[in-house]
Amino acid sequence: MRLLSVAVLIITWWIVSLYVGNTRLPPPSEVLEAMLNEAKSGALFVNLGATLARVALSFVLAMTLGTAIGYWMGRVRLADRLGDPWLILLLNLPALVVIVLAYIWAGLTEAAAIAAIAINKLPTAVVTLREGTRALDPALDEMASIFAFPRGKAFRHVVLPQLAPYVAAAARSGLALIWKIVLVAEYLGRPNGVGFEIGVAFQLFDIPLLLAYSLSFAVVVFAIETALVQPFEARLSRWRPRAA
Amino acid sequence: MRLEVDISSKAFTNAAGERHDVLRNIAFTLEQGEVGVLVGPSGCGKTTMLRILTGLDHDYRGRVSRPAALRIGMVFQEPRLLPWRSVEENVRLAAPKADEARLSALFDVLELSGHRAHFPGELSLGLARRVALARALAVDPDFLILDEPLASLDAALAARLRSQIATLLEGRATMTLLVTHNLDDAVRLGDRLFLLSARPARILHEVPIAKPRSARSAADIREAKDALAQLYAADG
Repeated sequence: MRLLSVAVLIITWWIVSLYVGNTRLPPPSEVLEAMLNEAKSGALFVNLGATLARVALSFVLAMTLGTAIGYWMGRVRLADRLGDPWLILLLNLPALVVIVLAYIWAGLTEAAAIAAIAINKLPTAVVTLREGTRALDPALDEMASIFAFPRGKAFRHVVLPQLAPYVAAAARSGLALIWKIVLVAEYLGRPNGVGFEIGVAFQLFDIPLLLAYSLSFAVVVFAIETALVQPFEARLSRWRPRAA
Repeated sequence: MRLEVDISSKAFTNAAGERHDVLRNIAFTLEQGEVGVLVGPSGCGKTTMLRILTGLDHDYRGRVSRPAALRIGMVFQEPRLLPWRSVEENVRLAAPKADEARLSALFDVLELSGHRAHFPGELSLGLARRVALARALAVDPDFLILDEPLASLDAALAARLRSQIATLLEGRATMTLLVTHNLDDAVRLGDRLFLLSARPARILHEVPIAKPRSARSAADIREAKDALAQLYAADG
């Protein structure tokens, strides 16, 4: 079914390219050729690798910090009061502002890029985990306290499984956000990566190259979603009774 | 080992800022090996009292003295199992020191041996209650609390679980506190009954039952129940 829908997409693309002409929308074959050229020279893999490394680092950074801060804000009322205005500010700050400011203040460095991407994702993770922490079942907390569960055990067996769906939701929406932002950060201030290459192709008006990078990137995102994210979610919810 | 309870009052303040008394002048003691029963209409404040006795609620006037390092096992009204852990894991997590022999003996008596690997979501309420009971007994408690353990089960199932509880209580040096609104359960399982009034709850009568549980005949039980009903009627 999925293959069929991809095939329909490619055929539509091919027909449209016949109508509008090569210069605006090159046919699939030409894009594939550009893709193979980049792959042969190795540039495709270097750039994809650079982008993926940035995604991984900023994702881990934002998820770890976001989960910790969100849990804390959900449990401690004072932390929630103090943190809330910051959260609202960060949530509504445009990604571009964060990226540009990071490059101005920290220079055109790798650290600036990764920090800027992580800061964009951080507030949504905090908000999701704060909700999850507020929704923790007090009845189970009482049970753990009456049966004298040690702290670590209670966290692992009572709290974490309740937070897991929220962590998964934050991870999923966060990953989608990072995929979008990482290219902008690269375009504006990195000498490699998919975003940088797309910038180069834009300046040269090299549409096959632009599409070649965009599509390779899309394929990688799709592969990671199906191979890593979805099985992880399925594992977390294996105790739930199956829907008929 | 004994539990001494002397709560002079416990009040809640509701959202509108009004104070409501929930408990007033509750005093009783519970000895080792004894089954005390709190009998009272639903909503009279029994669950609030349990929260105080288990140390979850410290905001009351009075005194509760219990041994330090008291091992508590509790069966809640709703079973409160961890839905993401199997039946066996639920019991083992609460009772890490229980060995395999004790666990399988418990699972046998409660007819749970075939359900060890199931998740709580796959169990009926009756089964989940029995898992909760297994969990409470697996910790080898000094103080066992049963909060309406037979509520919302059909009569036959309740009777079976009641006799299983009676079997498991036999010969234990545990202090047990059973909370129920059912007189039948109270006179079949209890050694000493505390009759509670409606809110704010206080103890109306303390009724000991001298005859051991296993020796009580149907006639004894009927007699005890009639006596209780008369006490209640006398109080209006």
